[in-house]
Amino acid sequence: MNTDRPPLVRISGVTKNFKRGSEEVHVLAGLDLDVPEAEFLALMGPSGSGKSTLLNLIGGLDRPTRGSVQIGGDRVDELSDRQLAAWRARHIGFVFQFYNLLPALTAERNIELPLLLTGLNKARRKQQVAAALEAVGLAHRARHFPRTLSGGEQQRVGIARAIVTDPTVLLCDEPTGDLDRKSGDEILALLQSLNQRHGKTIIMVTHDPHASARASRTVYLDKGQLSNTPVA
Amino acid sequence: MKYLPLALAGLRRRKLRTALTFLSVLVAFVLFAFLGAIKQAFLAGVELAGQDRLITRHKVSLIQTLPESYKARIANIPGVGAVCHFTWFGGIYQDPKNFFATMPVEPEAFLDMFPEYVVKEGERKAWLATRTGAIVGRSTAERFQWKIGDRVPLQSPIWGQPAGAAQWEFEIVGIYDGAKKGTDTTGFYFRYDYFEEARQREKGQVGWYSVRISDPNEAARIAEKVDAEFANSPYETKTEPEGAFAAGFAQQVGDIATIVMAVVGAVFFTILLVSGNTMAQSVRERVTELGVLKALGFTNGLVLVLVLVESCLVVTLGGLAGLGLAWLIITAGNPVPSLLPVFYLPNTTLVTGAAMALALGIAAGALPAVQAMRLHIAVALRKGG
Ligand SMILES: Nc1ncnc2c1ncn2[C@@H]1O[C@H](COP(=O)(O)OP(=O)(O)O)[C@@H](O)[C@H]1O
Ligand SMILES: [Mg+2]
Repeated sequence: MNTDRPPLVRISGVTKNFKRGSEEVHVLAGLDLDVPEAEFLALMGPSGSGKSTLLNLIGGLDRPTRGSVQIGGDRVDELSDRQLAAWRARHIGFVFQFYNLLPALTAERNIELPLLLTGLNKARRKQQVAAALEAVGLAHRARHFPRTLSGGEQQRVGIARAIVTDPTVLLCDEPTGDLDRKSGDEILALLQSLNQRHGKTIIMVTHDPHASARASRTVYLDKGQLSNTPVA
Repeated sequence: MKYLPLALAGLRRRKLRTALTFLSVLVAFVLFAFLGAIKQAFLAGVELAGQDRLITRHKVSLIQTLPESYKARIANIPGVGAVCHFTWFGGIYQDPKNFFATMPVEPEAFLDMFPEYVVKEGERKAWLATRTGAIVGRSTAERFQWKIGDRVPLQSPIWGQPAGAAQWEFEIVGIYDGAKKGTDTTGFYFRYDYFEEARQREKGQVGWYSVRISDPNEAARIAEKVDAEFANSPYETKTEPEGAFAAGFAQQVGDIATIVMAVVGAVFFTILLVSGNTMAQSVRERVTELGVLKALGFTNGLVLVLVLVESCLVVTLGGLAGLGLAWLIITAGNPVPSLLPVFYLPNTTLVTGAAMALALGIAAGALPAVQAMRLHIAVALRKGG
């Protein structure tokens, strides 16, 4: 690994508290994390430990209470809402546990959504959508609506939507959490090949040791802190 | 434009609800357009009234008659250009529901006084040459499919039948058109000399006079002079500008404009609630989807616009469709020609309607759109997961 260059993702002293009524909930307690480019990082931890919260901070969906989030040299935590939206469109691809496809749009229309925000014309958008569908092995399902697709297929559409703009980082929140073992394995294999063949940087939250085995590194979140070994 | 499929997708999620909302907006705007046309029908007489014409009638009421001899006396008053008289005949053709304004007049004086009734020269000559001749407006002629040369029997609830005959019989010698869009073309006019000879009572009496004045600015002064001329006689008069006369007529039917505005206001308020509720529900159901769009990089402003566009697609298009449908129906024909002689959809109603449709679309979507805009992404996404 090239140690002269700063890591793609650098999280320093990040604290995140939520207000629940009059009570403060301390979820992340001053944690640090570096993710170098082209890494496939698995993030594990008990339910409610703050994995999604951390992923949201990296993806610019939320801001830390304290600390800094730096991605590719940009201080994400310092951007305005408007800048943040544009930044997400350029740099982040999200894959959700429940796919979160728009039910009234076909697979290709769903995948096209992030491209609407770019200046690409219709023909170029079509081209990119086709390439993304090809990459996830769903070219034959382009015109299908989500409800006519299996869970595994829907998640592949979700991944196609996440990679169609060729983002800097792919953030996956329990991408196999709603799938059976076989479909889950296919999704993991797909993510792994995106990482190994295309050098995509991936951060994946998971519960499943099977899933983390595919990653190049695993970190564990508990009590607001990260460690390299599972907590007993 | 590239976001349009996305807005349409929002509407497709609940097709039935979208269709019902669209329909209720459509119906409301059909109603709006009809009320506009009806209001116009009542106001037509007022708007089209001649600036240079006065009407002289019996001081007590319109249905009381005046002597025919007043014509010469009015004509002698300085400032008066021409005089002609009308008498209410109340013509009925075959069935009481086939009713239209029918009046005996003196053809030349009448046609000179009302240049807005356009009659071909040949037909004018025919009328002057035919004692039982009558001219009829285009819309009534079409309503009963009368042609020139037809003999038309009419009954009068006021005057009974003529001496020595079972009913009044007229020959159609001309069909007149209106010079303007709103001109009343339902009237039926026949010759006073025939009427005077054939009627069996109140001979020498007429209904009211139309008086042309040379200077419209002098209207009030001349009206006073006319009334002064007949003060303290058995038949005192009341003279006013034609517009005021027509407005008084409309007033008798109630303050139509106010009633119409109240109904329209209530209808639009209901529509606002209905479509606003639809949009609010639609946004509430889609919290996660909207969160996803924002996660993908859609700005808050863009999400706001998307919801507004969605709302306008239902409400504004529904409204425009309603106006279009009303236009088709109203253009196809007057449903109650005997009640409303002039019936068309005025341009102002169309323009106001279109503006209302846009305003309602935006108003209905405003609150849900702001809610969608304010939605915090992380919170929205937690709702789904
Ligand atoms: N927007 C929020 N408001 C209040 N509490 C929140 C919010 N988001 C997360 N939390 C709390 O933070 C904790 C961590 O949540 P989360 O990051 O979703 O955990 P994980 O993904 O590891 O299961 C939980 O206790 C959750 O209730
Ligand atoms: Mg989670």
